[in-house]
Amino acid sequence: MSNAVASMPERARTPDYLQAAKTVGSWLVTIDHKRIGVMFLAASSLFLFVGGVFAMLIRAELVTPNAQVMDLMTYNRMFTLHGVVMIFLFMIPAIPSGFGNFLLPILIGAKDLAFPRLNLLSWYIYVFGALLLLGTTIGNAVDTGWTFYAPYSAQSPTAVSLALVAVFILGWSSILTAVNFIVTTHTMRAKGVGWMRLPLFVWALYGTSVIQILATPVLGIALLLVAADHGLDLGIFDPARGGDPILYQHLFWFYSHPAVYIMVLPALGVVSEVVCTFAHKNPFSYKAIALSSLGIAFVGFFVWGHHMFTAGMSTFGAGAFAVLSMFVAIFSAIKVFTWTGTLYQGSITFGTPLVYIFAFLFLFVFGGMTGVAVATMSLDVHWHDTYFVVAHFHFIMVGGTLTAFLAALHYWFPKITGRLYSERWGLLSASLVFGGFFLTFFPQFLLGNAGMPRRYAEYAEEYQVLHVVSTAGSWLLAIGLVITVAYLFVAMRHGPRAGPNPWRSRSYEWTVPSPPPTHNFTETPVFEIGPYDYHREVR
Amino acid sequence: MAEAHGGEIGEVRPAFQFATLEQQAHAARLGMWVFLASEVLLFSAFFGLWAAYYTHYPEAFYAGATHNSLFLGTFNTVVLIGSSWAVASADFFFHTGRVRMARTLLLVTVALAAVFLVVKGIEYVQHFDDGIFPGGRGHYFESPDRLPGEALYFNLYYVMTATHALHVIIGMTLLLWLVRRIPRLVPAQGHVVELGGLYWHLVDIIWIFIWPLFYLLRGT
Repeated sequence: MSNAVASMPERARTPDYLQAAKTVGSWLVTIDHKRIGVMFLAASSLFLFVGGVFAMLIRAELVTPNAQVMDLMTYNRMFTLHGVVMIFLFMIPAIPSGFGNFLLPILIGAKDLAFPRLNLLSWYIYVFGALLLLGTTIGNAVDTGWTFYAPYSAQSPTAVSLALVAVFILGWSSILTAVNFIVTTHTMRAKGVGWMRLPLFVWALYGTSVIQILATPVLGIALLLVAADHGLDLGIFDPARGGDPILYQHLFWFYSHPAVYIMVLPALGVVSEVVCTFAHKNPFSYKAIALSSLGIAFVGFFVWGHHMFTAGMSTFGAGAFAVLSMFVAIFSAIKVFTWTGTLYQGSITFGTPLVYIFAFLFLFVFGGMTGVAVATMSLDVHWHDTYFVVAHFHFIMVGGTLTAFLAALHYWFPKITGRLYSERWGLLSASLVFGGFFLTFFPQFLLGNAGMPRRYAEYAEEYQVLHVVSTAGSWLLAIGLVITVAYLFVAMRHGPRAGPNPWRSRSYEWTVPSPPPTHNFTETPVFEIGPYDYHREVR
Repeated sequence: MAEAHGGEIGEVRPAFQFATLEQQAHAARLGMWVFLASEVLLFSAFFGLWAAYYTHYPEAFYAGATHNSLFLGTFNTVVLIGSSWAVASADFFFHTGRVRMARTLLLVTVALAAVFLVVKGIEYVQHFDDGIFPGGRGHYFESPDRLPGEALYFNLYYVMTATHALHVIIGMTLLLWLVRRIPRLVPAQGHVVELGGLYWHLVDIIWIFIWPLFYLLRGT
């Protein structure tokens, strides 16, 4: 508390970024990276809710073996929308464009990103693409599944072209943000912030940005060509006219597998930050964490074929992709062991962010191990297109990205809003989210192994018990998330003041006031101690 | 020098987020290079597609390339290489203080880009006259001697050259903006001219890859 009081006069001179201007218009034309980050967080959280509603409807339908809640076509539209919204509108932008935007300049000691106006443009492109995408739901929502596989996607009677153009537009938002992050990291580091003294979250953002730069345009072209096939009837992927639909799958997964790491790498960065802060200890190996992020980003480009084992690939090709895929597990394991090594003998404080990190570690290891299992060709042939795969990628992507997103939300909430949330409610909802998640998706491994195919609204009666358990779990998960929204909104207005460093962290963002002033630092910062130098005396 | 460059030196300050103009120039250059990497990957998706279909239907691809006008394609290649020379010279003259010359050369670049687009348009019109439309439509494809895969060849031809033409238009817009801006630039902002040139070179280089794929590769 004394800290906060001491810094009060300074705060009075330079208003924080929230107080600097209060009108809605000032937000809409802002070039402050913190405000744009908050706008990305708000928008992507809203789309998390929208995608969640679709998920709840899917789970409601699956309570009974027959289609009762909706007709089969509507069901197809629901799982497509759920996937497209969650992936392109929530998971890809939420952590990098939201938290990354807010934190990156502060973490390297800069006043803003290198191209602030481009940053605002990126938000508008994102919102425009999102509205276009959801606009199709009012008229004629897409039923192809989020993968838009040709040739069906070229023939579907739904608004495929419009949806694909929307995803293409969203891709530009990713690319522009990534250009901004890479350039900012290279050119705007303050004195004392060498590459090996960057906070680990920055490394994660950097790796993510590289993937976004290189993979997104390939997806963009693949999707535009399908849009042309659908809208202009070109037949580029139409086997009836000599086209090769497998080629589409290659182009699609060349992006969409690295896209998994676009979603997961920033989450891994969050874990590194929270683990070090809550253990009050320097990471077991800084280099291992930083470089394994780049390792995952690199290897991620050579594993896309594991999505296509049953699509007519040669046994040799499939074997090569299987072995390459397992390299990802090596880099991931390096991270997991380094985090647990960091926690070992740390002086751990307990809090909601750390609980989410524990949930993350459990789900990430569990999901990762099943990932090695499905990367094994002979096993994948059995599990392909079943709920086993659904359960696997939800464990990695929801269990990984959503838990890390919630950890980040609680960890940086005091920095973003200047207030503290209620730990009691935080722990309650974290338990609900974890329990609900596990109950939703663990039964799906069993369902898939027993042969339940994905994307079916109707199923054999013997699967019903596990489906009911899964739906019950989804309700717990939803309740946990609703409670989170409620207490965070209360804390935003009525929570106690946080002060600059409520977690007693050494990382750079906690050296500035909460909320930070518009240009982050009142004078040009020089960082003499590293972000994890807990062993050194300060003051 | 200061006269030739219009603005007074010292008048220009770096944007608020940068400490110096050098830092700002470094950021802008790196930003353009990173963006160009993204553009290269965008076209590499096309080239990958081209290569895959070429291995499926080599004969159809030779037939399609033989149908295209080697003269017009090569003419356009020369035009674009000339325009790249013009924009590179514009950068050189700006840095040696001859701003008016630089501006003229930028205008030459834009004019050559326009020539490229006109020739490209003539080619499209010729294709339409021959009954070659996207999607394998038109009387050209009704002839019994057409090989399987020719429709795919012309699909790729249309989407790749059209995407490239779109980049030509974007590049022209960028260069026209530079033409307006260049009299007011001070030497420390010289990187702006360089950025326009970099983007234009990308447009040129992409064409240098498209040219052999659609005009030169005619089989033996």
